[in-house]
Amino acid sequence: MSIHVENIAKRFGRFVALDHVTLDFPTGELVGLLGPSGCGKTTLLRIIAGLESADGGQVLLDGENASDAHVRERQVGFVFQHYALFRHMTVFDNVAFGLRVKPRGQRPAADRIRQRVAELLDLVQLSALANRYPTQLSGGQRQRIALARALAVEPRVLLLDEPFGALDAKVRKELRRWLRTLHDALHITSIFVTHDQEEALEVSDRVVVMNHGHVEQVDAPEQVYEHPATPFVYDFLGAVNLFHGRVHGHHLHVGADHLPVGQHSFATGAEALGCVRPHELEIATDPSEPAGIEARVERVLSFGSTSRVELTGADRDVRRYYEVELSRERIAGLQLAAGQVVRLKPVRVRLFASSQAVEASV
Amino acid sequence: MGAAVATHWTVHSRRFEASAATREPAWVRGILIAIALAFFALFLLLPLVTVFAEALRKGWGVYFAALVDPDARSAIFLTLLVAAIAVPLNLVFGVSAAWAIAKFNFRGKQLLTTLIDLPFSVSPVVAGLIFVLLFGAQGWFGPWLIEHDVKIIFAVPGLVLATVFVTFPFVARELIPLMEAQGQEEEEAAIVLGASGWQTFWRVTLPNIKWGLLYGVILCNARAMGEFGAVSVVSGHIRGRTNTMPLYVEILYNEYNFAAAFAVASLLALLALLTLVVKSLVGMAGPAADECRSGTLKGIP
Repeated sequence: MSIHVENIAKRFGRFVALDHVTLDFPTGELVGLLGPSGCGKTTLLRIIAGLESADGGQVLLDGENASDAHVRERQVGFVFQHYALFRHMTVFDNVAFGLRVKPRGQRPAADRIRQRVAELLDLVQLSALANRYPTQLSGGQRQRIALARALAVEPRVLLLDEPFGALDAKVRKELRRWLRTLHDALHITSIFVTHDQEEALEVSDRVVVMNHGHVEQVDAPEQVYEHPATPFVYDFLGAVNLFHGRVHGHHLHVGADHLPVGQHSFATGAEALGCVRPHELEIATDPSEPAGIEARVERVLSFGSTSRVELTGADRDVRRYYEVELSRERIAGLQLAAGQVVRLKPVRVRLFASSQAVEASV
Repeated sequence: MGAAVATHWTVHSRRFEASAATREPAWVRGILIAIALAFFALFLLLPLVTVFAEALRKGWGVYFAALVDPDARSAIFLTLLVAAIAVPLNLVFGVSAAWAIAKFNFRGKQLLTTLIDLPFSVSPVVAGLIFVLLFGAQGWFGPWLIEHDVKIIFAVPGLVLATVFVTFPFVARELIPLMEAQGQEEEEAAIVLGASGWQTFWRVTLPNIKWGLLYGVILCNARAMGEFGAVSVVSGHIRGRTNTMPLYVEILYNEYNFAAAFAVASLLALLALLTLVVKSLVGMAGPAADECRSGTLKGIP
């Protein structure tokens, strides 16, 4: 089932949670709603489910206006961050709940319910735990039971609110892959909320990046990462080095230094913000090098496949921090020492107008 | 809930006591324990023993005679009747009030939370007088009630009203923190799964609060049976008609009928002791049982 939200607005007192958001969630896709806490992503999910009512706008489920439909009638499956399993019921009873509360006419027979619950527990690979209570399960197991419970009533859409938010890093990663596999098998239209960019990029078919109650970008994961539409998205999806300056020809002048920026559409003299990922910066140790930003090495962190160099601006009056990611071989060749002054040269720069920059830094 | 906290405490204090670094010197412990025991013996145990000793001083015969006296039987029956009406009423009121405060946001919520405590802070005599002022012959609704031949003051309805007022906070107070701590995610989950409001209450909310609720009801019942002040004002002390057990004890005592007074008082004390036993049984069976269940997998020895 497709979901379309049109012009949704929601305030909590004076706080604007959603500022006229319009979005499309096509049938069968797994969409990640990504953003920092307080950006309105959970509120949007709850409005789609019907757990929260919007101040304005519409929710269309399969083209039908569902804004006034009761939660019960929307046939959505909802998975909560803290599982919300019924603590006094066994795993079996939890999963069976949705089937047992159906009106008498639609309620399956007890045998059929038992069979269906067994199937679902099989699907989430927890058949052995049917008689346990939620408190006897690990976090990852609880969330899988919560998912099985949501799927029991055959919902038309699946909404997941930070489903892995309360789990530790290792279990998160495992469940992420598992959710993706499950979605590929079921093809149920799903939206999941997360503030973890890696999670969103890894699991989703498409990513919606939100900030301050509005949508910053909607794209495929690789597009969002490789071609961020705004400085905010740039910053939110991974580390970024920011260079404020003025454009002159093919250069961005930052203080006394300048960076080559290649092709762009900015007028000469326009203020601009250059965004460069840590792995897109090169370090030049030759002090006579004319291009690039002067910086002082603070620390070199070497572990894993890449090494990170933390630097501060050479001008001590203005506190600026830079981060460069290099291969271990390259670091070994450079022989960097703390306090050494070097030049940073970008391989690639994305330029944004400064007005956008102001918004991003709020 | 109280029992859960208590078990947690004992575990904690055992560990605290086992360590020399945190243990108090023996004489400090000795003095504290002595003070506590002396206080307990003097103010709790001695009066309780006295009640039973006085009641039985003239032998079992007199004791039973005092209890089967028609006036005494009427007082016992009335006490049980008032409790049987007031406690279920407060069960419903308490659950509704706790539900409203814990699960909804509305204007005046803070005021309502404060008002629930009013019966605790106001003197029971004042509580009784409020009802006399409202429903008495000279009260606001007095003339109308007389016209329609409804008796509230100096009758059973007045006793029930006064008891309901005084015992109102017990259930609500017990449930509000519990329900606030549990939040409403489970209810939301139930509704999303298609449960009606009624199904959600019976299948999700009630099982989650049942032990706290039972605890509140027991306390409420203890107070309902023992209430004296408010009931005394609205009762009128009509023997065999509007005398509850506490009022009847006072009358007997004022008539120098000590044996009978203490006999009825001992029965009242017995009911109180029984309530305490039930309360601690509930405390042990309820949350503690849940904890054992949850402990099995967490590796708690």
